[in-house]
Amino acid sequence: MSAETYDVAIVGGGPAGLSAAIELKRRGVAKVALFERGTEVGGIPRHCGHPPFGMREFGRILTGKAYARRLAGAAVAAGVTILAKYTVVHTGPDGLLTVASPAGIQAIQAARILIATGARETTRAQLLVPGVRPLGVMNTAALQAFVYQEGRIPFRRPVIVGSELVSLSAILTCRSHGILPVAMVETEHEVQARPAFFALPRVLGVPVLAGAQVLAIEGSPRVTSVRLRLADGKETVLDCDGLIFSGRFVPEAALAEASALALDLGTGGPVIDEHGRSSDPSIFAAGNMVHPIETAGHCWDEGRRVARVIAAELANGRDAEPDKTLGRRIIAGARLKYVVPQRLTLEGRGTVPALNIRAIGAAHGRLILSDGSGTVLRTQSVNTAPQKPIRFSLAGLNLAVDSSDLQLRLEPRP
Amino acid sequence: MTAFGDLVDAVIIGAGVVGCAMARRFSLEGASVVVLERAPDILSGASKANSAILHTGFDAPPGSTELQCMQSGYDEYMQIRESFNLPILETGAMVAAWDDSEEGRLPELLDQALLNGVADARLLGRAEVLAREPALGTHVRAALLVPREIIIDPWSAPLAYAMQAKALGARFQFNARLLSARFDGDLWHLETPTGTLTARSVINSAGIQGDSVERMLLGEAQFEIRPRKGQFVVFDKAAARHLRTILLPVPTARTKGVVLTRTIFGNLLVGPTAEEQEERERPDVTRPELDMLIAKAVELVPALAQAQVTAVYAGLRPASEEKHYRVHCLPEKGYFCAGGIRSTGLTAALGIARHVHGLWAQSRTVGGERSAAPPTFLLPNLAEHLPRDWQTPGHDGIVCHCEMVTGREIEAALGSPLPPGDFGGLRRRTRCAMGRCQGFNCLARLASLTEGRLSVPIAPEVDP
Ligand SMILES: Cc1cc2nc3c(=O)[nH]c(=O)nc-3n(C[C@H](O)[C@H](O)[C@H](O)COP(=O)(O)OP(=O)(O)OC[C@H]3O[C@@H](n4cnc5c(N)ncnc54)[C@H](O)[C@@H]3O)c2cc1C
Ligand SMILES: Cc1cc2nc3c(=O)[nH]c(=O)nc-3n(C[C@H](O)[C@H](O)[C@H](O)COP(=O)(O)OP(=O)(O)OC[C@H]3O[C@@H](n4cnc5c(N)ncnc54)[C@H](O)[C@@H]3O)c2cc1C
Repeated sequence: MSAETYDVAIVGGGPAGLSAAIELKRRGVAKVALFERGTEVGGIPRHCGHPPFGMREFGRILTGKAYARRLAGAAVAAGVTILAKYTVVHTGPDGLLTVASPAGIQAIQAARILIATGARETTRAQLLVPGVRPLGVMNTAALQAFVYQEGRIPFRRPVIVGSELVSLSAILTCRSHGILPVAMVETEHEVQARPAFFALPRVLGVPVLAGAQVLAIEGSPRVTSVRLRLADGKETVLDCDGLIFSGRFVPEAALAEASALALDLGTGGPVIDEHGRSSDPSIFAAGNMVHPIETAGHCWDEGRRVARVIAAELANGRDAEPDKTLGRRIIAGARLKYVVPQRLTLEGRGTVPALNIRAIGAAHGRLILSDGSGTVLRTQSVNTAPQKPIRFSLAGLNLAVDSSDLQLRLEPRP
Repeated sequence: MTAFGDLVDAVIIGAGVVGCAMARRFSLEGASVVVLERAPDILSGASKANSAILHTGFDAPPGSTELQCMQSGYDEYMQIRESFNLPILETGAMVAAWDDSEEGRLPELLDQALLNGVADARLLGRAEVLAREPALGTHVRAALLVPREIIIDPWSAPLAYAMQAKALGARFQFNARLLSARFDGDLWHLETPTGTLTARSVINSAGIQGDSVERMLLGEAQFEIRPRKGQFVVFDKAAARHLRTILLPVPTARTKGVVLTRTIFGNLLVGPTAEEQEERERPDVTRPELDMLIAKAVELVPALAQAQVTAVYAGLRPASEEKHYRVHCLPEKGYFCAGGIRSTGLTAALGIARHVHGLWAQSRTVGGERSAAPPTFLLPNLAEHLPRDWQTPGHDGIVCHCEMVTGREIEAALGSPLPPGDFGGLRRRTRCAMGRCQGFNCLARLASLTEGRLSVPIAPEVDP
């Protein structure tokens, strides 16, 4: 097999992959290929018939569909080689990819690879939800594909499990298609989205049951009911014809795993430095696969930033050696779910504007970044609802070139 | 060959693996056959939810019908599998001992294996066990190695049996529960929601309802089904690298115990539990048992602490009040029963079919002609270690990305001579939506691709 050659091969045509591709072309990188396993590029927004998308990118609010179309159009206009129905099955080392398409299996050689394969919601199986296994149980994204892409109504009276922001997408999607959610169940005692948003289900008459547990899913061949234990310990049965498991995103990390990149247990995605570089110096990562989950705009911005690093590195041609600096690890302490990036090289190029942090549950107190010897480098107070992204600014931070680990911890307010 | 509605030689009740093998054997031997299945597809009972191990019978009761059927079933599978493109994964199995008392029982297990004709079974010391399986918990003591225990595709195999039967003229009736039956002294008249059938004989392979079908036919049943639930956890494919050999526990009198094994699809499986229950139609999963299985897996292979779960499921073993198979017949009434096929039916099905056909043939004088050159056909390969359709050019794109299922495979399954009746059937024939995302990406697309082609649609409504 003689390998086709590109300067940069991008895996995944969502907002992160598309924006990176466009930016690479803008910066004069000659051969940029974007591999997308779906039938079209656009990523998750492709089946979001609802707003808000595009504020940061286009200065206006669009539906996901319109947004995906615009980004895809911009990529075509920029001269990106878009290869849809191409699944990347393996990457690296040394920029080698294996891709599968209707034309068969092919080897691709690229100077740099960017993996932007996104994230998906946790399934009913992964949550070990008890009961039988009828039709009508799905994630929000699948529901959206049903109604917005395939023009189908999978159920009329579903129960929504989860209360992250994406569960509001679920409610809106339902309501715009004559589907009336019976209730929203959140296993945690507090709802996960910012409380203000939760006026919405209430306004729409969807009861929110916080602190409830799903005891069993019933029905055959379709869902007929769900048995719950409510926060007060009482059991109840809700009649319904479907269940939407929303949120609890996990990275689509199959490729990163198969390619033996170092993975972070906190995010489930690859370990990266502030340039988006993974443990393989010629492979970069961006978008929701490095931090489940941020908005499309955030992923778009990140794709652009990583593209700049790659473009700068390739400015002297395809043979330019990748930077092999490993950088200092940041160890996330108790009560912190993850910190991205997980390594800092702080060499100045495309520096990270802030650390992207998630706490486990709500976070009230102080975040403290210290170095190996315990010297406090920076602190920042936090006061956030569960699931809310925390940005920890690094602007102006001077770090010694040293290999010891950095520590990041959350000191709760007494 | 007989048209539906005419008199047939044998009506087979139930299209589990046993019913499918039965349909094949009877058809091969020239009998006219109708299979009645209450569900929309084959393999809707115990046969959809097992561990997929082809057993040697090393631990089966010596001299039993079960052992004989397992061994002849195993041999026949190996003889015919290539002609249907049915895969095997040659893993071997280790019965691992984790403490003194278990270790003390290995020699008697070896003796039993040798007595059962499993001549290549042998004991391994701790160092040999760990050399073979470095990821095992280091507290392992010793093991009995049974090299010929292997993994198969538990759905393609019975599908091949059913398809060959069908090609030979057998009729499969789905959504066709046996409602009532009358024997007029010569012939059986069987009532189903889709019509009445007349048959010379009835073969009961109704699994979990074997006793109630026998009661319906004969007025009483000589056995009683005692459902025994088995729950499983399927780990993500990334976990499969930690184990090659099937890991069996030292069996107790009641159960073979919790197994840790690869699947032919490239995952790692832990299970089953053994839970007696009254309920026959509700194979539910329950939290404490799933937690227990995961803990067990981690105890056996500590690296699994990081493993992701892909799927959970449960099956109901058609166990009876006694341990052995409930194979019996009433030749004067043309009644034959393969009941209580509890936990080895995947292995034994071809052997059971031969055995029951033997009983049936003995009791009769008339008979059709044995098929000289039975039709065979190659089933699509779903095994992870062998070439899959997506690797062959000319497919129209991948629909299910986790399991790499192409549109061409979905179409082939839907258009096959024995197409799926429901989504479960499509999943079992192609692996679609069986992977880590469980349909996050492909479920809606599949609803459109299967439109009008499943008797139970994935999504009931089209947006008006
Ligand atoms: C239901 C739902 C509603 C949402 N609503 C909003 C909203 O209103 N506003 C908002 O800003 N954000 C919203 N989001 C979040 C937004 O969709 C994501 O932030 C964004 O899509 C992430 O972009 P990405 O490029 O990282 O990944 P994705 O958009 O997930 O794209 C990844 C792409 O990679 C492809 N891919 C994966 N593996 C491979 C491979 N091996 N080979 C080739 N291609 C591959 C996938 O097919 C996919 O197209 C929503 C998300 C969901 C699930
Ligand atoms: C947890 C578990 C693990 C196992 N592991 C293994 C293993 O590793 N290896 C192995 O060899 N075996 C294994 N087995 C055993 C094997 O799966 C069973 O022995 C086998 O599936 C039984 O097949 P069957 O055809 O008798 O029953 P079933 O598959 O239950 O088929 C009976 C069929 O009859 C139909 N039916 C019932 N009543 C009626 C009616 N009135 N009219 C029409 N149709 C009717 C049902 O719908 C059903 O489809 C396992 C079983 C379980 C549950």
